[in-house]
Amino acid sequence: MFAVLIDQFWSLTIAGIALGFIYVLISLGYTMVYGVLRMINFANSEIFMWGTFGTVITSRDIFHYTQTSEPAKGAKLVLVLVTSLLMSMLVAGLTAVFVEFVAYRRLRMKGTNRLATLISAIGISIALQEIMRLLTHSRPVGAPRILEKIILTEVWGANIRLDTVITIIAAALIFFILERFIKLSRMGKAIRAVSMNEDAAKLMGVNLNRVITTTFLVGGLATGAAGFFYITVFEYTKFNIGFTMGMAAFTAAVLGGIGNIRGAFFGGLSLGLLEVYASAVLGTQWKAVTVFIVLVLVLLFKPNGLFGEAVQTTRA
Amino acid sequence: MKIRNYWNLRDWGAGVWERANRPQRVAIAITSIILVGLLPFAGASFLATPIASYDAVLVYPVGVFVLMALGLNIVVGKSGMLDLGYVAFFAIGAYTMALMGTHTGLNTWEIMPFGIGFAMLAGVLLGLPTLRLRGDYLAIVTLGFGEIVRLVVLNSTWSKGPNGIANIPMPPDIGPLKFKLDDQKVFFWVVVIMILLTIWMIRRLSVRRPGRAWEAIRQDEDAAELMGVPTLKYKIWSFTLGAAVGGAAGVLYGSKNLFIAPEMFTLNVSILILSCVVFGGIGNIWGVIVGATILGYLPDRIRFISDARLLVFGTVLVVVMNFRPDGLLPRKKREKAIVKKGVNA
Repeated sequence: MFAVLIDQFWSLTIAGIALGFIYVLISLGYTMVYGVLRMINFANSEIFMWGTFGTVITSRDIFHYTQTSEPAKGAKLVLVLVTSLLMSMLVAGLTAVFVEFVAYRRLRMKGTNRLATLISAIGISIALQEIMRLLTHSRPVGAPRILEKIILTEVWGANIRLDTVITIIAAALIFFILERFIKLSRMGKAIRAVSMNEDAAKLMGVNLNRVITTTFLVGGLATGAAGFFYITVFEYTKFNIGFTMGMAAFTAAVLGGIGNIRGAFFGGLSLGLLEVYASAVLGTQWKAVTVFIVLVLVLLFKPNGLFGEAVQTTRA
Repeated sequence: MKIRNYWNLRDWGAGVWERANRPQRVAIAITSIILVGLLPFAGASFLATPIASYDAVLVYPVGVFVLMALGLNIVVGKSGMLDLGYVAFFAIGAYTMALMGTHTGLNTWEIMPFGIGFAMLAGVLLGLPTLRLRGDYLAIVTLGFGEIVRLVVLNSTWSKGPNGIANIPMPPDIGPLKFKLDDQKVFFWVVVIMILLTIWMIRRLSVRRPGRAWEAIRQDEDAAELMGVPTLKYKIWSFTLGAAVGGAAGVLYGSKNLFIAPEMFTLNVSILILSCVVFGGIGNIWGVIVGATILGYLPDRIRFISDARLLVFGTVLVVVMNFRPDGLLPRKKREKAIVKKGVNA
């Protein structure tokens, strides 16, 4: 049972970290919106799914790569990758702003109950998923291979592949930039102020609407970047991939303490590793069950997540 | 505000009921039950569903959705706990029916108590540790529970995994009334009876101690606790009763469908049922019934736009929630929670 785990410990760990970073970026989308609105952004999983299509469209329709064409090299490679990343972030960011505008804004202005907003978010996420299903005729979409999966080195018997390395480094960088943005910029300060105390922030002259739109935009950008890395690693997307990934990322956000940006980082990484180890020990089909059981246990003993600041006390 | 009064069907309905005396009320109730009972015969009218068989649609989704939405309404509407894993209890009921129906000689009505019992047991087991959590945390734990039940069933051998269980027996005939696959009128009447029993149960409980406790918990849990309401106990009761209704719906669904598979019990069902509750008017049983009827019926009625029907469904949810955030038939104003800004419900 544990033989596989011990045998391939390091390659599993690397795969887990790469997956973990994808989760980190998606859970940023959940955690930031939750921090500001105290509401689950139910549509974030679909925002992620739209983000993956941003990459596919760039490589397939703008740069005309096909399933059989040679992987890109040199400067062209960098160009295609960077454009894809930006495109994914743009698509997801705009989708997130659209979601805020259509599903959240009016209800928020009226100050109605939270469940109505939740249902409206569920509605928009059904609609987003269905639009993509109709556009892709319910078929999975393979992404052309842009990045050749070269094995860089071997460490302790684990192959270090180029795509994993790029994913880990670039995702960490994006996370770091966003974290700094929240910590240091004027807008970031406003976002934190709103998540601490909405009324006080308003009294201090914070433009609430702009803060919330920006939060959705930034969360969407992070989620879109995750979409790009997902395509780089798995080279495949479908209209319904959002659900599984979104669920896992949300679990990661709760695990780390939802509403807390660093919590998303640790939660995402631990969840990525946990998933990979669990599938090695128990088989892939049980990994989601393990994840949920761990989540329930964490919530029972540390209700605010592993690294969380207490959500209740930040806004008493 | 004058114009909106035309929209206020709830007050209009409540007014009619208020002004009626006892014989009139009995007459209203009996007439509406008979009208509902006659619904399966209206298949040739504008109500007809283009592709699916009309009386089958009346049983599932419409009837079963109404039943489940009423059950979920006890949890979400009455005591204000967000449960996103309601499908788990439905699945437990259906699998109890499937396993006991194929392995033992018991019939549907004898299995029904077992299905309800197992669902309630699951409700208690899940409720005891998790009902201390609040708001969104409870939502995510229940959501996880729903997925765990589905994945366990999907990956186990006793449940035949993804293949599902076939050859579940139909309920035995009740006198001249026969349960048939191609003519589901009797199923519909059974569902209607179950719905009436559930409505009766909810109305009785609402005016007694549990109902008052739930109301207090929903409006302000801390205050309720301070006033001496044993909140955990009543929360578990509410959860378990909701589970019981879900289990009963599951047993009936298994017996009606003759075949069940894990793919029928995804998170989408929980979300759909929750949408029924919120769409119709959370906390108001008549609103919930209207909501579940519309949301159960609509996708089948608009099958002519077959491919885009879920898209329309999603859009309808967004639009209705934006313009009537309390649902189509909201509960009375005084029953609404005292909204404290920034405090989690």
